[in-house]
Amino acid sequence: MTNPNGRFGIHGGQYIPETLMNAVIELEQAYNHYKNDPQFCAELTELFNEYAGRPSRLYYAAKMTADLGGAKIYLKREDLNHTGAHKINNVLGQALLAKKMGKTRLIAETGAGQHGVATATAAALMGMECVVFMGEEDTKRQALNVYRMKLLGADVVPVKTGTATLKDAVSEAMREWTSRIADTHYCLGSVMGPHPFPTIVRDFQAVISKETKQQMMEKEGRLPDAVIACVGGGSNAIGSFYHFIEDEDVRLIGCEAAGRGIDTFETAATISTGRVGIFHGMKSYFCQDQFGQIAPVYSISAGLDYPGVGPEHAYLHDIGRAEYVAVTDEEAVQAFEYLARTEGIIPAIESAHAVAHAIKLAPTLDKDKIIVITISGRGDKDCAAIARYRGEDIYE
Amino acid sequence: MSNIAKAFADGKAFIPFITCGDPDMETTAAVVRAAAENGADLIELGIPFSDPTAEGPVIQGANIRALQAGTTTDRVFDLVRELRKDVTVPMVFMTYANVVFSYGAELFISTCSKIGIDGLILPDLPFEEKEEFLPLCQQYGVDLISLIAPTSENRIAMIAREAEGFIYLVSSLGVTGMRSEIKTDLASIVEVIRENTKIPCAIGFGISTPEQARKMAAISDGAIVGSAIIRLLEQHGKDAPQYVGEYVRSMKGAVVATN
Repeated sequence: MTNPNGRFGIHGGQYIPETLMNAVIELEQAYNHYKNDPQFCAELTELFNEYAGRPSRLYYAAKMTADLGGAKIYLKREDLNHTGAHKINNVLGQALLAKKMGKTRLIAETGAGQHGVATATAAALMGMECVVFMGEEDTKRQALNVYRMKLLGADVVPVKTGTATLKDAVSEAMREWTSRIADTHYCLGSVMGPHPFPTIVRDFQAVISKETKQQMMEKEGRLPDAVIACVGGGSNAIGSFYHFIEDEDVRLIGCEAAGRGIDTFETAATISTGRVGIFHGMKSYFCQDQFGQIAPVYSISAGLDYPGVGPEHAYLHDIGRAEYVAVTDEEAVQAFEYLARTEGIIPAIESAHAVAHAIKLAPTLDKDKIIVITISGRGDKDCAAIARYRGEDIYE
Repeated sequence: MSNIAKAFADGKAFIPFITCGDPDMETTAAVVRAAAENGADLIELGIPFSDPTAEGPVIQGANIRALQAGTTTDRVFDLVRELRKDVTVPMVFMTYANVVFSYGAELFISTCSKIGIDGLILPDLPFEEKEEFLPLCQQYGVDLISLIAPTSENRIAMIAREAEGFIYLVSSLGVTGMRSEIKTDLASIVEVIRENTKIPCAIGFGISTPEQARKMAAISDGAIVGSAIIRLLEQHGKDAPQYVGEYVRSMKGAVVATN
C-alpha cells in the first residue's frame, strides 16, 4: 500500500529536519533488508508467540451479542498480550530491528503509557537502554504505567511543554533523537511520523488482521462484515484493517475520540474535525486553527489524545475504503462499564471507544452479520481515572 | 544579484534571528530596526508555531509567548509591510511547513514576494520534500533556503548543488540553543559545499559569543544567532531593542574581524 516515496495518496512523506534524514534512510534500508530475512522473521515470530503470547484470541462475545440482539460480535483480544496491549507487537519488531542495526538505546513517546511500558519491556528483554517521554499531564492520569516503566529499568521524562500530553511527548522524543542518533533508535509507537515509520509500524501490527482473518475462517468459514477499532495515531486500527483492505465487502470502521463532543473544542477527533496539514514528519489530517497552529486536543483517553492521525488512515478516508466515526468520553465510559459487566472483560478506555460504536451498530444489523471489535488493550490502567470521572476517588 | 546575495557581498555576514510578536509586535519592529542599524546583514524573522520541533527551550519559549500575545501569520505580514517602509536589509522567514501549507502555499509565498521577504527557511522541509513549495518559491522569486547538518555526509553535495540564496549549515546535532562548545568538523563540511556551489554558507545553532561567531565566520560566510538574542528579549522585554542593538554590533564586529 505504501508508495515508493513513502506516500499514501497525498499523505505521508518525510517532513523532518535534515539532521534526521540519514537516520530514517538507514532505518528504511535496514527494514527492507530484514523484513525478508528468514532469520529475522523467525526470531520475531518466536518473540510474538513465546514472549508476547500470540496469537491473541478471537473470542465470541455471546452475552453481548444476545444483549444487543443484532450482529454476532467477536472480540480480538489484544488485551491478552504480554504488557496488556497491541503495542508490544510493534515494539518487539522495532527493538529487534534496532538491535540488528547495532543500536543500544531505545527512546519512545507514550500517551497512555502502554507504548512506553512495551518499549521498556523490550529494552529490558534485549538489554538495551530506554528513555520514555511522557506528557506531564499523562504521567498523572497514568501513574501506574509510569511506575511500571521505571520498574522495567526505563527513565521516564515528564514533558512540560505545550499541552503536556502525547503530541508534546512526540515532539520531545524527536528533539532527543536529533541530538543523539548514532546509538539510538526512536521506537515510534504508532503508524505516524515520517516514512518509513507508518509502514514499519503497520507491518508489525498487521499480525492482528492476519490472525483475525484466519481465526474467522476457522470459526465461521467466512469473513466478517465489519471490523471496528479505535484510532488515535491509528496503529491497532491499521493492524486490524490491513489484511481486510483487499476484501471490499468488509467494512472497516475507525473510532476517534470525540472527547466532550466534536462540536466543542475539547475533542481529539482528527478526521471529523481536522484538515490536511504537515506536522510530526507527515502530511495528514490535523486538528489546527486557521493559521496552522496545532490545536490543544482533549480526550479522557490519554492514548487517543493526539491532534493527528496516521497517513494511511487519512488515505483510507480519502478513498472511502474506511469509515471514521467519533465517540464521546461519556459513550466510551459507558462502554467500558458495559463490557466489564456483560463479558467480564475490562477494556482499555481507548478500546472502549470501539466497543461504544459496536454497541450502536450491532442492533442495526441482522443476526447473520458478524462484527469484530479489536480490544486493543486492557483497562486496569484506567480504573482510577474512570472512578474519578464517575465521582469516586480511589487510590491506586 | 538576489537580495540575499547582497547580504554576503561585503564580507562575512552576521544574521540575527528574532521571533515575531515576542513579547509584542512593536518590540519586534524596534528590535529589527536596532539590529539593522547595528550591522545585521540579513535578518531571520520567525513566524511562531505551536510545536516547534527543531527548537530548544529558549526559542520554544519565544514561540509560546508570541502566540499567547496573539501573533498570527497575517499580523507578521503587516509587521513586514511596516518595516519595509524604511528597513532595506534582506529579510527571510523562518517557520514550519504547516504555517505555509495551511495558509495556502501560493498565497503565503506570493505575499512574501509582495511585501519584500527574500527567502524562506523551513527546518521540517528536507531536500526530499522541497517540491512541496519550491515551484511556487521559484515562480515568485523567494529563495527556499537549504539546511545541511553534521549528519548530512553523503547528502551534502546533492543539497548544495540545488541550493538557493544561502546555505544554512547546522553546527551541531540536536535543537537550537546556546552551546559552550561546537565540536563538529565544520570546515570539512564547508569544503564539500564549496566544491558544489558558489552560493554563500552561514553557520547557525549554538552560537552565542563573539568568539564563537568569529570562529564560525572564519570557516564560512557568516554566523546565525537566535537563542542568545531571544534571551535578551526574555530578560529585557520591551526594553530589549537597545540591548539587541549593542549585542548585534559586538557580534558583527567579531565576524568582520575575520575578513
